[in-house]
Amino acid sequence: MTDFTTWDILRNLLLATRWTILLSLVAFLGGGLLGLALLFLRIGRLSWPRQAVRGYVEVFQGTPLLMQLFLAFFGLGLFGFDVPAWLAAGLTLILWSAAFLTEIWRGCVDAVVRGQWEASASLGMGYVQQMRYVILPQAMRIAIPPTVGFSVQVVKGTALTSIIGFVELSKAGTVVTNATFQPFTVYGIVALIYFCLCWPLSKSSQVLERKLNVAHRDH
Amino acid sequence: MTYQFDFAWVWQYLPVILKGIGITLELIAVGAALGIALGIACAWARALGPSWLKPVVGLYVELIRNTPFLIQLFFIFFGLPGLGLRMTELQAANLAMVINLGAYSCEIIRAGIQATPKGQFEAGASLAMTPFETFRHVVLVPALERIWPALSSQVVIVMLGSAVVSQIAAEDLTFAANFIQSRTFRAFEAYFLTTAIYLLLAILLRQVLAALGRLIFPKGRATP
Repeated sequence: MTDFTTWDILRNLLLATRWTILLSLVAFLGGGLLGLALLFLRIGRLSWPRQAVRGYVEVFQGTPLLMQLFLAFFGLGLFGFDVPAWLAAGLTLILWSAAFLTEIWRGCVDAVVRGQWEASASLGMGYVQQMRYVILPQAMRIAIPPTVGFSVQVVKGTALTSIIGFVELSKAGTVVTNATFQPFTVYGIVALIYFCLCWPLSKSSQVLERKLNVAHRDH
Repeated sequence: MTYQFDFAWVWQYLPVILKGIGITLELIAVGAALGIALGIACAWARALGPSWLKPVVGLYVELIRNTPFLIQLFFIFFGLPGLGLRMTELQAANLAMVINLGAYSCEIIRAGIQATPKGQFEAGASLAMTPFETFRHVVLVPALERIWPALSSQVVIVMLGSAVVSQIAAEDLTFAANFIQSRTFRAFEAYFLTTAIYLLLAILLRQVLAALGRLIFPKGRATP
């Protein structure tokens, strides 16, 4: 039997961490773009797209991410081609992130007080101008801390893709455990690596919240 | 797409599905009750507790909130037996959910405690209550009322997150879906049905928690 040093374990886990980071970036950026598109439908003036986006968010927030991954993995397979795990994982995480980001950002747009809409309307601005010059700049300021905070959820969400067979940090943890029979050490290190990825994001979200909250500090 | 959908297996496997639903509900009932209790204790420690306890609880909260639930579960179920701490799948799943919800609800409840007006603490002290009595009889319930919606959402999130306990072979609803798809080869249908059930459970759980909130915090009480 081969002996594994802690360095062997750590090195293999760190190599797999690259995939966790890559998948997180794809999911967050892709989800951000899709979420932005959905946001405009969600806060737009047409009623049926608003309802459709609401339903979309409800479904993705009301079902387990694991189930969404399974459905994508086996659902895409129904079209008759072999679905690679990375495709199902990436697609699901993008759709899932988009649902949460849309809902977060909608809350931020709603948080801009009514008077701002009225004031800009009284200056003769149209809907697009109101959005562009008055509402969105203020909403974005409110949106930054929760958006950064959600990126932590994305990183942690990528762990579930190990279950449909995508080899990232969690899957690597399982594989390494099966080779070394040291679950305590291996999962301890895996948890620590996730912590090192997530904690700076959580912390910066908190710091940003304090920094950007200037407008409400004295209220 | 020439795939023929087939849900004919549903009746045959109904007991498996119902058992899975039962275990998922049991997990979230125990997880929510103990998790919120742990959260209250930790929130007290972090907001009002002795100064040596604050960083300890802080470390626990940060560790749990910045690592995936799946890894916490694996660590408890596969890692802890190395220290001689062995438990069944369900015990491990329950423990992981309690620890997880404990950390999240700690932060939520702490926000509620810290939003308490200073006068409430002073009023308690002026009635000769000890700090703990003030916390228990004056601060806690209004604090919980303030954050009840956020706490409810977190409970729903933990319920949905519990789908991964199937990975340590705890026989919850997802485990039932895995079992059915391995028997019938109807993977998409099995997961579609269970996803729909999860959605219903989430909506139902939200209603139950809202009703519970109205019961615990009736309208028109004399609270700030």
